Amino acid sequence: MKDPFLPNVDQLAAEVPDGAKIVVFKAEGGTAAMAATRALIRRAVKGLHVVTAPTSGLQTDILVGAGCVATVETSGVTMGEYGQAPCFNRAVRAGTIRVIDSTCPAVYAGLQAGEKGIPFMPLRGLIGSDIVKYRDDYRIIDNPFAEDDPIVALPAIVPDIALFHVSMADRLGNVYVGRNRELLIMAHAARKTLVTYERLYDGNLLANDELAAATLSDMYVDGLAAAPQGARPYGVLGFYDDDVDQFAAYMTMARTEEGLRAYLDRFVNEAVPAVAAE
Amino acid sequence: MTLSTDWTLEELLITTITNLLAGCGHIAVGVSSPIPGSAALLRRHRDLSVGKRTRVSIIGGALPDFRTDGGVDLFDQAGQGRIDAFFLSGGQIDGKANINLVGVGNGYPRQKVRWSGSFGSAYLYFMVPKVVLFRLEHSPRTMVEAVDFISAPGVSPANVHRPGGPYALVTDLCLFHFARDRERFSLKSVHPGHSVEEVRDSTGFDFDLPDQVPLTPAPSPDTLTILRKTVAPDIADPYPKFARRVWGVSAAA
Repeated sequence: MKDPFLPNVDQLAAEVPDGAKIVVFKAEGGTAAMAATRALIRRAVKGLHVVTAPTSGLQTDILVGAGCVATVETSGVTMGEYGQAPCFNRAVRAGTIRVIDSTCPAVYAGLQAGEKGIPFMPLRGLIGSDIVKYRDDYRIIDNPFAEDDPIVALPAIVPDIALFHVSMADRLGNVYVGRNRELLIMAHAARKTLVTYERLYDGNLLANDELAAATLSDMYVDGLAAAPQGARPYGVLGFYDDDVDQFAAYMTMARTEEGLRAYLDRFVNEAVPAVAAE
Repeated sequence: MTLSTDWTLEELLITTITNLLAGCGHIAVGVSSPIPGSAALLRRHRDLSVGKRTRVSIIGGALPDFRTDGGVDLFDQAGQGRIDAFFLSGGQIDGKANINLVGVGNGYPRQKVRWSGSFGSAYLYFMVPKVVLFRLEHSPRTMVEAVDFISAPGVSPANVHRPGGPYALVTDLCLFHFARDRERFSLKSVHPGHSVEEVRDSTGFDFDLPDQVPLTPAPSPDTLTILRKTVAPDIADPYPKFARRVWGVSAAA
């Protein structure tokens, strides 16, 4: 068994091949692996198919702006209270990325089909929306257990990579997800899971009943790198708050292609990779 | 501090929405919704004063969260009928209560304006019995004859499983109710300081207009006291900017 611990986020980012289907988690609560995302941009990854579980913010926007993305499959990309996602919106309008519009429970249901190893999941709702109209991978089928009851069948989502940030991991590679139980679904569904963490937990997370229920077992974890403040500029509950100034800088600079280039040069490409904490 | 009995637009809208939520046992509030969130908290306070416990869950808030199975939980609860009321908005809303959260213009996906995306609307609009639409800009560009992208349809064919749907539309000008059988909005009341003519001129879709349209009732002094003393510090947790702007209040310690 290969040691999943990698020396830094750049080594972790090297595990993501060009063209990978990568699932990322919504930004709230500090689970977006932003340090690893900046490392992906430094490594100039190309052609990613980003699945947002179920939404995303700066992480997807900056990947799109940096030219790393071919496809975004999402229920929403937004900068939240900071405004609309500038690079995502520009790329959709220009047609430089393919956007696959979804709805939150459909992303979850697709990933749940993936984790169960079944080909599809049915989901209520959706019928009559333009989401269904423009998705050639959805099917409206008849409920086999009732008369005249159409329901949407969604194909399983099986990402190549799940990438997220957590507050702690242990030396065995177990990862604490806390209340963010969607991370379990993402990791179960993906072929490979890459994680960054704030700090090491001293002990075995699975040996503690209270923590084990909110822990992803190392059998799903293929790569880990320490990344203190690895969600910045997003905050991590109990560790640090949103870096409001950094968001403001991004929102100002990312308004234009040139501004975004300057932002990347200053805050991403020039940034010294974080040294592993342990 | 002497509380003024002058009310603000926000307080009027909160009170109006609160009245729509009567009888709901569990009210869920999505992201970017400080006014609906405040209305849900006011509803909970009023219900508690008559001995009824109403659950309010505000996504992104630190109030007790009744969901411990991650984001999936909200949708599972809705699928089982465990959520009675929810709020949706739209960059565009049309006369059949279709909502658009994706973008403006022809030629999807390359529309001239792109918004964030549909979020959970394409599911929750079907499943939650009482969906209150809320939109602060009431204008011909937001209230349109037909939306450019249907994130979630207002009505569905009879054979489509749909326990939920649109109940009302609250804007900065007025309150509409939605009749699902007639697939039309009807004007219920106009906010003080505005007129039926103004509503008609600002609305791009046709709607039912009763002979007499009352003014939306202003919040009572008692309601204003509850909002400013009880609701304000609670909503300041998920929405600090809003609470500071409207009430000059910070989150309770």
